Amino acid sequence: MKFPYSETVLEHFRHPHNVGEIENPDGKSMEGSPACGDMVAVYIKVAPDKKTIEDIKFESYGCASNIATGSIITELAKGKTLDEAKKITWKEASDALGGLPKIKAHCSVLAIEGLRSAIQNYEEKHGLIKKREPTTVETVRKRLRKVMNPLAGLDLVRTNLVKDIELKDGTVRVAIDLPKNHQFAAAIKEEIDEKIEPLWDVKEVIVDFTE
Amino acid sequence: MQEKRVYLDNAASTRLDERVLEAMTPYFFDTYAVATSEFAYTQGIEARETLDETRGKLAKALGAEPEEFVFTSGSTESSNMALKGVALALGKKKGKHIIVSKIEDFPVLQSAEALEREGFQVTYLDVDGDGLVNLDQLKESITDETILVSIQHANQEIGTIQDIAGIGAVCREKGVLFHTDATHTFGRVPLNMKKIPVDLVTVSAHTIHGPKGIGGLYVRKGTPLTKWMDGGFQEFDLRAGLENIPGAVGFAKAVELITPEENKLLRAMRNHAISRILKEIPDTTLNGHRRKRLPHNVNISFHFVEGESITLHLDIHGFAVSTGSACFSRSLQGSHVIYGIGGDHERAHGSIRITLGRYNTMEEVDAVVDTLAEVISELRKISPLGKEKYGEEV
Repeated sequence: MKFPYSETVLEHFRHPHNVGEIENPDGKSMEGSPACGDMVAVYIKVAPDKKTIEDIKFESYGCASNIATGSIITELAKGKTLDEAKKITWKEASDALGGLPKIKAHCSVLAIEGLRSAIQNYEEKHGLIKKREPTTVETVRKRLRKVMNPLAGLDLVRTNLVKDIELKDGTVRVAIDLPKNHQFAAAIKEEIDEKIEPLWDVKEVIVDFTE
Repeated sequence: MQEKRVYLDNAASTRLDERVLEAMTPYFFDTYAVATSEFAYTQGIEARETLDETRGKLAKALGAEPEEFVFTSGSTESSNMALKGVALALGKKKGKHIIVSKIEDFPVLQSAEALEREGFQVTYLDVDGDGLVNLDQLKESITDETILVSIQHANQEIGTIQDIAGIGAVCREKGVLFHTDATHTFGRVPLNMKKIPVDLVTVSAHTIHGPKGIGGLYVRKGTPLTKWMDGGFQEFDLRAGLENIPGAVGFAKAVELITPEENKLLRAMRNHAISRILKEIPDTTLNGHRRKRLPHNVNISFHFVEGESITLHLDIHGFAVSTGSACFSRSLQGSHVIYGIGGDHERAHGSIRITLGRYNTMEEVDAVVDTLAEVISELRKISPLGKEKYGEEV
């Protein structure tokens, strides 16, 4: 049998580690939505003195790469300090899994975000985060780095698909260098909306494709 | 993991029947001449006779005349030929409006979109929760500019069979041509050109245990259709290209081998699968019409879980099925058919299609349902959705 997934991915998919919910977690998050077909919930228990991740669990509604990445990041994060865990990248998770298909990058990046959001949730609850900053072009660009270009398996910014970002009165306009009838245009738009809309001072997201 | 693999994706492709291969073989090794060389040598005459004979058999199966059946390379080409051929023939003379349903298969949908880019107007008809188009809405959508209505005979994913006799009658009354994509019904559901007022019909061999790369387009006598595959004068000067005689012979043989008993058995297996799944696995929704349905199609959404994970688990257990999940598709979009019948993202992503064929058995149907029940229950345990019901005790 020859799957597009590595043996390690299949192993984590079939027998995911650290699955489930933690009762009274110190930090938790839910990333994704049924719209994009993938969701990940991450729960953490934090050692208050050392600020290390004592326990971590995840839940997944998603495809094999989503489940496998959820499983591997719980392994990678366990025992690390919050600052160390925040720095775990998609690349590290992907390498630990023996590689992921390019087109599946967007499903697996969700688990990394889930971990970071759970940590952020902990930090917010414990007053470790400063006041809310207003959204800037840079904030938007940073978020677009999490939207995958399925053609390349790399993000939109790195693959030069983001032509322009405009910010005006809470409306964010993103110009993408792909024709609007492109195979992935609809999927990319959905993901951009999902990443930018939650910013606290953003009211509307408009994605412009080329004619 | 079981040794034998069970193929349950017969709407996508089917295993070739040995008897089809046997019928085709002489046309690779003995009678391999070109049918248009009939005036040059004996082999050419034999080729021509074979082609005429198989065309006659296939036309007869449709209740049509031989000169109304044009061989193509498959359903994609047939549907392209129907939509673009009519657009070329009538676009300038009569009008530039075409009507299709929202849940057509891609050859029809994308041909319509291609014509839109060339300045045609396309109406995409809604369907109801079962996938049926509304005849009144169709009637209202037809204008003086309308040149073609293209509505499938049965749906590729959810198996719903349209009332093509009713649709055809509306088109006749309004003087508009009617094309139907019968890729999934030919051989499985009665389809007779003498009874149904339809002008163009797409059919294919790959769905009925025939070879890939051969299909046909029924073109009712007098239908305006402009040739767009240029080259020679083959196929009544409607489609240029060397005739695929082994394919044509295989196609005719595949049609001949289908029996009413086989279709009855498929229907029994389908009913068994549907009723067991709906009864034994909670939070499931049948997609498509309960009765007006292809005899070999099962399509069910499993809530709170994602389709690619289901198909991969089933594959590990030896079963091949298909899903309408975005993760599974090359466009990363959920099934347009499930959205078309009013389904949400979750219903599309959790939909599983099982399509049966000649080589499936009732034991295999039971086995896949048993495995599905286990897989769904495992995936629900790890899903953040529907947790209050299926989550592990904390």
